[in-house]
Amino acid sequence: MSAGVDETDEAQADSAVEPDGNVLSRRRWRTVALVLAPLVLFALLLATGLGRDPRELPSELIGQPAPTFSLPRLDAGGTLDLGELRGQVVVVNFWASWCVPCREEHDALAAAWGRYRERGVVVLGVSFEDTREAALGFRDELKGDWPLADDPGSRTAIAYGVFGVPETFVIAPDATIAAKTTGAVTYEWLTDEIEGALRAGNVA
Amino acid sequence: MSGRTRSIVVLAAAIAVVALAALIASGGSDDNQTLDERVHEIGAGLRCPVCLNLSVADSPSKLAGEMRTEIEKQLLAGRTPEQIRAFFIDRYGGWILLSPPPRGWNLVPWAVPIVGLLAGVVLWLAFVRRRAPRTAGEVTESEHLRIEHELADLEEPG
Amino acid sequence: MPALVGTLALALALALATYGATAAIVGARTGRPRVVESARTAAYSLFALVVVANLAMLAALLANDFSLRYVASNSSRATPTFFKMLALWSADEGSLLLWNLVLGGYLAAVAFRFRFRRPETFPWALAVMFGISAFYLVLVLGPTTPFATLAVAPPDGGGPLPLLQNHPLMAAHPPFLYLGFIGFTVPFAFAIAALITGRVSDAWMRITRRWTISAWIFLTIGLVLGALWSYGVLGWGGYWAWDPVENVALLPWLMGTAFLHSVMVQERRGMLKVWNLSLIVGTYALTVLGTFLTRGSILASVHAFAESIVGPLYLAFLTLVLLGGFGLIAWRRESLRAEATFDTPLSRESVFLGNNVLLLVLTFTVLVGTIYPLLAEAVTGGKVSVGSPFFNRNTMPVALLLLFLMGIGPLLPWRAASPSAVLRRLQVPMWAAALTAALLALTGAGVVAVIVFGLASFVAAATVAEMVRGVRAQRRAHGISVGAAVGSAVARNHRLYGGLVVHLGLIAAVVGVSWAALADRSSEVTIVRGQIVHAEGYDLRFDGLTTLEEPQRRVLVAELTVLDPETADEVVRLQPSLNLYPSASEPIGTPSIRTGTPFNGMVDLYASLVTVENDTRASFRFFVNPGIGLLWLGGAVMALGGVVAAWPTRPRAASPRGPKRLAERREEVTV
Repeated sequence: MSAGVDETDEAQADSAVEPDGNVLSRRRWRTVALVLAPLVLFALLLATGLGRDPRELPSELIGQPAPTFSLPRLDAGGTLDLGELRGQVVVVNFWASWCVPCREEHDALAAAWGRYRERGVVVLGVSFEDTREAALGFRDELKGDWPLADDPGSRTAIAYGVFGVPETFVIAPDATIAAKTTGAVTYEWLTDEIEGALRAGNVA
Repeated sequence: MSGRTRSIVVLAAAIAVVALAALIASGGSDDNQTLDERVHEIGAGLRCPVCLNLSVADSPSKLAGEMRTEIEKQLLAGRTPEQIRAFFIDRYGGWILLSPPPRGWNLVPWAVPIVGLLAGVVLWLAFVRRRAPRTAGEVTESEHLRIEHELADLEEPG
Repeated sequence: MPALVGTLALALALALATYGATAAIVGARTGRPRVVESARTAAYSLFALVVVANLAMLAALLANDFSLRYVASNSSRATPTFFKMLALWSADEGSLLLWNLVLGGYLAAVAFRFRFRRPETFPWALAVMFGISAFYLVLVLGPTTPFATLAVAPPDGGGPLPLLQNHPLMAAHPPFLYLGFIGFTVPFAFAIAALITGRVSDAWMRITRRWTISAWIFLTIGLVLGALWSYGVLGWGGYWAWDPVENVALLPWLMGTAFLHSVMVQERRGMLKVWNLSLIVGTYALTVLGTFLTRGSILASVHAFAESIVGPLYLAFLTLVLLGGFGLIAWRRESLRAEATFDTPLSRESVFLGNNVLLLVLTFTVLVGTIYPLLAEAVTGGKVSVGSPFFNRNTMPVALLLLFLMGIGPLLPWRAASPSAVLRRLQVPMWAAALTAALLALTGAGVVAVIVFGLASFVAAATVAEMVRGVRAQRRAHGISVGAAVGSAVARNHRLYGGLVVHLGLIAAVVGVSWAALADRSSEVTIVRGQIVHAEGYDLRFDGLTTLEEPQRRVLVAELTVLDPETADEVVRLQPSLNLYPSASEPIGTPSIRTGTPFNGMVDLYASLVTVENDTRASFRFFVNPGIGLLWLGGAVMALGGVVAAWPTRPRAASPRGPKRLAERREEVTV
């Protein structure tokens, strides 16, 4: 249609603006490269985000003294006091009856509890954002037997920087936090960390 | 007074009124905050750990409510906002702050609007002041044909 | 069966996309219009096939076909029919199906629109759109397919996420957003086509002008609906949380708005060619960035879908768009010289350029803020949050400057203004601003209120004055009634009046938002049944709890009566509720809102139910939010203004062309 008009126009324009083809085409490529470089950098930057879990957060508390607590027991009368357990390895597990991974990790906790009980390792469950009835129902259903505590006002959860369940902390005999994990614990992780904490306790 | 002078006087008067109003307005201060307001202010700067991207002040979740209670308890115990923030940072990490403190690398997001605005003003001035050599003259034939062509495009509905 | 039909339809569509792109390019390069025609037909067929795929999924959802993993995860027998249908786009894979549907629709629409007069750029634009379709079809066929089947079909599904089946707004928000995002594909495709073919005159902009405005209108509506969703459904009392996914929807809106303004400068004066091409490439790239950040599991967000393999694919596509688009612009740099320059800073062009600069500053601020956590982690390994306090503080000053420009822009003519004329036009707005400021200051409002509302009055007065000026000119010229004058003024210049209406809508929204930010208040109260508690200037009484059993959930509705503290008259009865879904760990609260209208002082009364103990005691969060109603009103007015701006003008009768008439024609060019 009007192809003819544009082409002659462009040809004229081209010859007017580009007398020396080589110099200008080199300049062209340089402009292109200059423009593309920062964009490639931008893409690379975004690429660093790939393969990272945006929900995973490092713990601030590793190596810090474990926040003490004295909480009312759920499964029995009395209180659960962390201070009384100094000198022992303590596994503190934050959980809730409505949390699916908490069910998945129950067996691992039970197995670790069974294995290390005689060596003075204590497993504690701290209820997070849950009702007494639901929590005890969970315990009845899954038949664990380590001590459970209620956390009114979530003060202990806040003190431990908990932002979801399940979260599990391993506390060394010197009452510092040796390890932390979010999500369902595995038996391997538990045994690794408990052994490590026991060794540290023996050396010290 | 000429029309122009009158316009200027009117404008000046208007600006003066605004300035005066602003001065009067800035006289009041809000040092007397209630406890609730202080909790809200600190909470607004903390990120709710459970529900993503809402502040502790805004979040309807239970944990956020409990954190607000914690903040209130600490305020009543006499701790400063800085100390309370540090309390949460020690446990949750710098992530808990909804606004990155302008230090180190964290200066980058704060710098962008300022640098951007400056760069923008410079860019604007550069564009607006540019004077290209343009000879006024007859419309050349190729330009004429091009105008025809573009007007033809213009005729298309939409 | 649906899985088979759906997958087959999508596979055929992908084949057609590949064919269509090839045919369009080959037809264009070898000058064979029949080949290009076949590409056009391919576009129609592609759309039909994607419709079939969507219908297949819809059928599977309605028929409770749980052999499809998507149906099992996102629907259940108990889900009401309406929400079963909505499940089509409530999760990642299904919404990708919707994305393809809208994209196919635009492809077919472009093919249809240009079926007679086909510009030189058409085949290439079609090819670009086919290419983009192919990418999204690959995604919906491969990693993110909704038609994946389960070996054993479960007897019932898990149901949609409780939050997504709580409210009918779920129906409207995604489609409008998608119509907006994907709408920008059209001007982008034509821009790329123009760059490839070298036809870099203004044609590509003029051809796609209405498409761009329509995309902008849809995106505006989508964003406002999102805010409405956040406010009316999520129950935290706010409407915008600067969540990453909200931000990535805002970014193309900001750049698209800049683009809509600067094209007018290019059309009028032949300047800013590189600028406009860059803006449209940037706007489209931002929509792709949006899909990357939302679906590539990069940032944690309320919305984020999580898929690990697709991240690299989206990133690759984004990189291609950026490198291809900007590379082509850089390559064609020589042909894009400006034909004129700015005559003086005191002109509409300069103000439009200022508008662009400010909008871009806003865009970069929000962009950097959103992806900064990524950068920080890459460099320092630590995690950092960038949230509301940061964004609010850093966008407010620029937004206020932008508001100011919005006021003076329409007052300045194109090319150059005489300072005295400008001063004259500034009088009424300045008086409006001064009066508002004085009134507010004297009644004890703070500095911020004085500045913001003073500025808003300035802009509103300037905008209305401009409209009045135009209507008055028509009356004087033709001696017609006011109504007819309005009609004739608008008909002569849709874009100007549409734009002015959009500005008015924006001012209403800004006033509403600022008022809320300055004056909203809330408190948490626990009330025993029958008791009255005083909060935020009202008396609140808890009147009991009703339990509703629905097939998919249990609803606890609390009766909260709000009373006037002085007269003990009932102001409103609010019914905030808690929805308990079997699959959810916490109940989902639905707030109850008394919307502010001019008759009740424009104040929203908002209550959400936090906890309830049987019938005896309940805890509420009670908000008094002034001005929010203006946000919704402003949004609607903005959309309306957009429609006015995009309204087709009556085609002009053909007239003889000659050098003399050329000059006249130039004058008549629509703004």
